[in-house]
Amino acid sequence: MKSPLIPYLALAIILILIAIFAPFLTPYDPYSQDLTNALKPPNVQNILGTDRYGRDIFSRIIIGSQTTICTSLVLLFVITIFGTFIGTICGYKGGMIDNILMRISDVFLSFPQMVFAIAVSGILGGGLLNAGIALAVIAWPKYARLSRGLTLTIRSMPYIQSAKMAGTGTFAIIWNHILPNIAGSIFVTAILDLGTIIMELAGLSFLGLGAMPPTAEWGAMMNNGRSMLQTAPWVILSPGFAIFVTVVIFNLLGDKLRDVIDPKNRV
Amino acid sequence: MHKTKQLQTSTRQSQENREINNYHKINKPLLGGLGVPQYIFSRLLQLIPILIGITFLTFGMLKFSSTDVVDKMYEQSGTISEEVKAKKRAELGLDQPFLVQYGKWLKDVVSGNMGKSFVSDKSVLEIFLDKLPATLELMAISILLTIFISLPFGIISAINQNKFFDYIIRIFSFIGNSLPNFFVALLLIYFLALKLNLLPIMGSIYDWRSVIMPALTLTIAMSSKYIRQIRAVILEEINKPYVIGARSRGVKESTILIKSVLPSTFVTLTTLLALSIGSLLGGTAVVEIIFMWDGVGKMAVDAILMRDYPIIQAYVLWMSIIYVFVNFLADLLYYQLDPRVRLEKEKL
Repeated sequence: MKSPLIPYLALAIILILIAIFAPFLTPYDPYSQDLTNALKPPNVQNILGTDRYGRDIFSRIIIGSQTTICTSLVLLFVITIFGTFIGTICGYKGGMIDNILMRISDVFLSFPQMVFAIAVSGILGGGLLNAGIALAVIAWPKYARLSRGLTLTIRSMPYIQSAKMAGTGTFAIIWNHILPNIAGSIFVTAILDLGTIIMELAGLSFLGLGAMPPTAEWGAMMNNGRSMLQTAPWVILSPGFAIFVTVVIFNLLGDKLRDVIDPKNRV
Repeated sequence: MHKTKQLQTSTRQSQENREINNYHKINKPLLGGLGVPQYIFSRLLQLIPILIGITFLTFGMLKFSSTDVVDKMYEQSGTISEEVKAKKRAELGLDQPFLVQYGKWLKDVVSGNMGKSFVSDKSVLEIFLDKLPATLELMAISILLTIFISLPFGIISAINQNKFFDYIIRIFSFIGNSLPNFFVALLLIYFLALKLNLLPIMGSIYDWRSVIMPALTLTIAMSSKYIRQIRAVILEEINKPYVIGARSRGVKESTILIKSVLPSTFVTLTTLLALSIGSLLGGTAVVEIIFMWDGVGKMAVDAILMRDYPIIQAYVLWMSIIYVFVNFLADLLYYQLDPRVRLEKEKL
């Protein structure tokens, strides 16, 4: 039985394309203010209405997709690469390095993720970059642990032993023989994490610890509209649904990818 | 056809369970000949480096942050000479080297003194103990609600596998998993408080109704996760030989469910609770701010905005203590709940 992966993949690719080409897709300038046109409910000109400075919400959501999705993807990429790098080295080398690095990762793992992210991004002074740093610092040990575990199971396999006997260097073995075998599982975990990262990043922005106004970011947009929930709910609800739809698409893709890629799931 | 489908779903479930089982395996109490008291003691010893690491980390971050607490304090009071600021820094001990500051703080903490708030000049411990009950109340109610919601729905979903109710429950738990908690909170306010006028918007500990929305917000995210896992555990359990055996002996289906299958979900529940304490602690911060719930999460974010170091430090320290301690309790609970863990010790 084949899982219908293609439609989810297509949806995710469309989302990423929208995020990349966002500046060309907005019907209005997402940053131009027009106070005479402030807080208009959804209508023909502004299909999602306008915010309190008269900016077109639809345009801001499209531009916001760039901030939210691209930042999350870059962040996830950095976390995965770094975590996997540490994990494979620990798993393959063992000994002192392994001991020290795993104790360090213990410290991070034994700490509530969002508490740490809130504290650190607040301490670093807000901003999208600092929020990203805060999330990255707390998230890498998960990948280090995962790739270490996977590396440990592969390390003692005959083909690694023979590569070693043939005189292959550590990095060549990790790159050519270990990484290809563990990449699938790590990739799936990363895609499954993407939704969480998007939500956490938006959450930090919502608390005023991530993207700063006037940057169009979905969480920050919701924060700006918080006081107007009663009078102008569209200001909050549309970016909220944008986050929701994005997370749903990536979560579905992650579920399907897990079924397809992860060899342990093949019947 | 039908059989392959079933096989596939069951492998997927075991995949979903793998994370949990791994957690269980990794954190399995390695009693190795030790009695329970020694085990507790050795676990408590292991906590010390973790707590030192965490506090050192936040201390370092505060030290290297771009904004200075004294600058922040005098932000509103116009131009203040550097002399006054320097005096204030000396008073707060901020002019000393980093390691000296950390050492002093650590020494004070060990002797039970968590310092004074830079902003309000009150004892940190006092402020903290003042705010903690509200947060604990919120967490306790959400956890109870989560268990009461996710157990029955997980069971219904599992015994109706791939039927109507199962699909409905799975769709809802998928949606719940994909909603950020601040959006859930705002949706609840919008519909329950503003549209239907059922509940008050802002929190006050004197009105029992005000706890409903913050608790629901936390519950929705947690139970979506729990339902999936409980369903998976029950599906795995329900096909085991002992259940088939009981069924063939004519034991009633409801008896099998309640007496044999249900207890097997308790280990999973314990793991889930231990794992989700972390996200719950972070989640309460967000929820407390939205609902103006006067707990430690709101206190921490306020303190971060004011650069009130002693409060941030105390928050980080206490949250990690709670987190680590709950995980430790979970390990002890495994020992009670899972006979395999217990037997392993007896074998040794």
